[in-house]
Amino acid sequence: MDIIKVSKVTSSYNGHVAVENIDFKIKEGDFVCLVGENGSGKSTIIKNIIGMHKYEKGNIEVNCKKEEISYLEQFNMKDIDFPGTAKEIIMTGLQKPKGRLFYNKEDYKLLKSISELLNINTILNKRIGDLSGGQRQRVMLARTVIGAPKVLILDEPCSGLDIKMIREFYKILYQLNKDKKVTIIIATHDTNELEKIFKDIDIRVIEVAKKVMFDGNIKNWKGL
Amino acid sequence: MQELLEMFSYSFVKDALVCGIAVSLSAALIGIILVLKKYSMIGHGLGEVAFASISLAVAFGISPLYISVPLVIIASFIIMMISQKRGEEGDIAIALVSSGALTFGVIITAITKGFNIDVYNYMFGSILAVTKQDVLLSVILSIAIIVIYIVFYNRIFMVTYDEKYAKSKGINTTFYQFLISLITALIVVVGMKIMGTLLISSLIVFPALISKKLTKSFKGMVIMSGFISIICFIIGLTFSFILNLPTGASIVTVYIILLFVSNISMKFLKY
Repeated sequence: MDIIKVSKVTSSYNGHVAVENIDFKIKEGDFVCLVGENGSGKSTIIKNIIGMHKYEKGNIEVNCKKEEISYLEQFNMKDIDFPGTAKEIIMTGLQKPKGRLFYNKEDYKLLKSISELLNINTILNKRIGDLSGGQRQRVMLARTVIGAPKVLILDEPCSGLDIKMIREFYKILYQLNKDKKVTIIIATHDTNELEKIFKDIDIRVIEVAKKVMFDGNIKNWKGL
Repeated sequence: MQELLEMFSYSFVKDALVCGIAVSLSAALIGIILVLKKYSMIGHGLGEVAFASISLAVAFGISPLYISVPLVIIASFIIMMISQKRGEEGDIAIALVSSGALTFGVIITAITKGFNIDVYNYMFGSILAVTKQDVLLSVILSIAIIVIYIVFYNRIFMVTYDEKYAKSKGINTTFYQFLISLITALIVVVGMKIMGTLLISSLIVFPALISKKLTKSFKGMVIMSGFISIICFIIGLTFSFILNLPTGASIVTVYIILLFVSNISMKFLKY
């Protein structure tokens, strides 16, 4: 089943066309890399899909509830003194537009299991600003996945992380895609590390430069 | 000590105490969101709008509440709308609204009755001006804010920490922005009698500024801000009574001293 269907979408930023006539479909369980230079329109199309930026032409069909799509962007800590613990931040991933307003025991069980999976159970009560870059990004990933999303959309999630952290991060994505069948769309510059970890998974590459320049298996893309 | 006991035996002091604690607590709670979202200057801008509305009310001889409530609420919505649309330019919106309102207020005052005692009291605050109606209004307002805070606590944290993420999850963030604007406007109007329009914003900003560095969790910040706001108000009110100083200025002085002491002690603790 197609979980996301982008048909002939054109979208602009401040009067400049960022993407034009974009067309692609994503099936449930797909692992998709959105690649392209800076300013190629990767982030625009992601923002169009999650409804953070309006598009002028075309249509985007999403075959799941809005809260089943979870989004993670490049982590930039604007306020290092922000008083929020890892736990408080992760729990916000459970909130839904029409859901209940308080967390229950089940929610805290989820927190426990997700923090064990991401190896952050010892830092849950620390202030977010006191954590290392890698720890922060795992906290953000925990927030993104705690609500058991069907689709995970990540926009340059590894910027600023060292190679060891990037590998750890990709391993977690691998588990989510392979074991939990989460559809993953990741905008990235670096596909080499991904390929090493996702050996037995077909990685699909969509290359964007205002338009879709390539759409297919990573091996064919590399062979171009 | 005798003087202190005597002070709290006056009914106007009791009224000011109840009204002040209610307003301080409400302002501290909403201030957490405003300070963390970098909207600290909104309270100040709205204070100037409140001043303009008081000048109008005094000129026409009507009760200031009837004019300030709608005017300050409209101004807060305008500021929030511009901030939402233009992002970083929110501070320009506040600067424009506040200087425009202050100018308007000064001109109205100058061409009508001049800076009489009514206008002066509203600018710098006076506990003598607090009426039973103000006490009732402030208590209702603070109860409403505490209930809203408890019910929407998790949502408030989510939208304050990462509005973009909340939006991507389908949360109606605009609703929260306008709710916050509305509450801020009401606090400014209810609190201006005690604090004065020029100093009301300090009730909003200081408790959050002080507690932000002392706590590591949002929950901790909420509890500490509330606590600080009540203690500082009581100390400030006492000083204002004993030393015969304007209430607003006395309370702000207590806040400044506490901010200074907490920053210095945090620096020492780090080394």
